[in-house]
Amino acid sequence: MAKSIDITDLDIYYGDFKAVEGVNMTIKAKAVTAFIGPSGCGKSTFLRSLNRMHEVIPGARVEGKVTVDGQSLYDSAIDPVEVRRRIGMVFQRPNPFPTMSIYENVLAGNRLNAKRMPKATADTIVEKSLRGANLWNEVKDRLGKPGMGLSGGQQQRLCIARAIAVEPEVLLMDEPCSALDPISTAAIEDLIHELKSDYTIVIVTHNMQQAARVSDDTGFFNLKAAGQPGHLVEFNPTKTMFTTPDNPDTEAYISGRFG
Amino acid sequence: MTALLAPSTLARPRLPRWAPVVVAVAALAVAGLISLLFGWSWIALLVVAGLLYVFALPLWSRVLEGPRAATDRLMTHLVWGSFVVVCVPLLWLLILVVQKGAPVINGHFLTTSMRGVIGSMPGGILHALQGTIVVTLAASIIAVPIGLMTAIYLIEYGRGGRLARVITFLVDVMTGIPSIVAGLFALALLVMFFGPAFRAGIGGAIALALLMIPTVVRSAEEMLRLVPSDLREASYALGVPKWRTIVKVVLPTAIGGIVTGIVLAISRVIGETAPLLVTAGYNDSMNGNLFSGRMTTLPVYIFNQYKTPGATPLGAHAADPPGYARAWGAALVLIVIVMILNIIARIIGKIFAPRY
Ligand SMILES: Nc1ncnc2c1ncn2[C@@H]1O[C@H](COP(=O)(O)OP(=O)(O)OP(=O)(O)O)[C@@H](O)[C@H]1O
Ligand SMILES: [Mg+2]
Repeated sequence: MAKSIDITDLDIYYGDFKAVEGVNMTIKAKAVTAFIGPSGCGKSTFLRSLNRMHEVIPGARVEGKVTVDGQSLYDSAIDPVEVRRRIGMVFQRPNPFPTMSIYENVLAGNRLNAKRMPKATADTIVEKSLRGANLWNEVKDRLGKPGMGLSGGQQQRLCIARAIAVEPEVLLMDEPCSALDPISTAAIEDLIHELKSDYTIVIVTHNMQQAARVSDDTGFFNLKAAGQPGHLVEFNPTKTMFTTPDNPDTEAYISGRFG
Repeated sequence: MTALLAPSTLARPRLPRWAPVVVAVAALAVAGLISLLFGWSWIALLVVAGLLYVFALPLWSRVLEGPRAATDRLMTHLVWGSFVVVCVPLLWLLILVVQKGAPVINGHFLTTSMRGVIGSMPGGILHALQGTIVVTLAASIIAVPIGLMTAIYLIEYGRGGRLARVITFLVDVMTGIPSIVAGLFALALLVMFFGPAFRAGIGGAIALALLMIPTVVRSAEEMLRLVPSDLREASYALGVPKWRTIVKVVLPTAIGGIVTGIVLAISRVIGETAPLLVTAGYNDSMNGNLFSGRMTTLPVYIFNQYKTPGATPLGAHAADPPGYARAWGAALVLIVIVMILNIIARIIGKIFAPRY
């Protein structure tokens, strides 16, 4: 079941440093939402605050509200582990588990949580997830080999397979294609299109064309000045964003006249 | 372009390939001559020849090849020289122990204790072997969980907080505790509970555990620190709780180094004599009970054999009393045990190491 996410007045801190300020938006269910913006404006930070990964960093905290399906994520009664189980994440850098094989990496979400399942079910999940991540054909003959033995792009797709193997409701992707060649990128974009029917997808990208190609809504983050917190400048349907943006800064950024 | 690549600009005069051999032979010859003149032993000859070689070749190189190549050669020689200097005592020690220990070791030596052995009767080390294994095992059972959990607390939970800093400081202080002090502490602890005459293996185990804990904490801490936070985050993002992440992702990734650290800690304490002498005492017969009765370990056995070696049998050619031979045999066994431990650690490290 895909879920929509409502964000109200969200401020995000690293210790005393306010990294992101005053974000309001609604991320639609079963749609792709893209975030764009210059480096350091807080896209990753914001993304990580959507599944409570932000607080993993010492001193990091969040003020404001993130509501998924009517439940406030930062409520004291909410179990962050359960949140992360429902809202999966793919990181900017591929990070397969070095002690595990390809097969074990895909099943990591289940195995690490000590979920017992028959071998046949496990095999099905592995094949389905790897096919979903467009990796099956490349690795089907070496599932027992270490996950670290794959190329960077293959590792990233392995991480995507690992994330979708636990069937989350929302999938957060932080620049999933930044280390990939055009073919793997196309494969992942196709994958995002397919996943859209089942998942709510949020993707951070530096590639305008990619944002235009894959997303339904786009959010543009920017910094007022160096050292200032990042903020959401504009949030609109992607079509509007790339044709008639509300904000002149957005237009400047998208058309490459930035500064 | 062609001018740059021309040999006249890039080529430098080089010493001929046979230069090191020639210098070595010359150094040996000169050293030999000096030794003959002054009547030195062959050890002095080798040392002088080595020194001559280390400095003569760079000197020649300086004349022919220039200062950079000469410095390079000199440094290479110094590095290799240090390596040789370090290896010599190590090899010497090993050869000596094998030479003196090997003839003593036989089935009887390994399978009997010293119970009722007097004079030149053949005795054995079985009781000391048993004592060493039991005491060291007990020490590891105490020290490894405590050390490992401390390291996990420091890296995964403490995060440089006040408590973590205090613990780190205390661990550092513990590293410097002299082993005899650890032994006296363990003794005082047991005497407090069980009366002044209490001597048992457990006291030795406690003392050794005290010595092991800081090493285990330190090495495990370093290993855990090396585990990239990416992996922890990857695990959290899959909805895995923190403790499962630590047990199933962080520890397996670091296990090779952690095991090596534990084995090093064991190797360090397995040869301790003083703390065991005061806590576990000495005993001639088998005692497998950690909690009652004196218990001998190999180092204490060696110490005792040297202290009271017994009399050289009349008419025998051997100049050494029988205790000396037994001590060497026991020393060899101790070294072999440490080697086996290291091999086991390597195997475990190989099995669990991250696969690339
Ligand atoms: N672990 C951290 N501790 C302290 N400050 C951080 C940390 N991570 C990020 N920041 C700061 O937060 C701000 C936003 O960083 P963030 O990583 O979210 O940027 P980004 O938009 O994802 O950039 P990029 O496009 O380069 O990935 C930056 O000023 C950065 O220096
Ligand atoms: Mg980022």
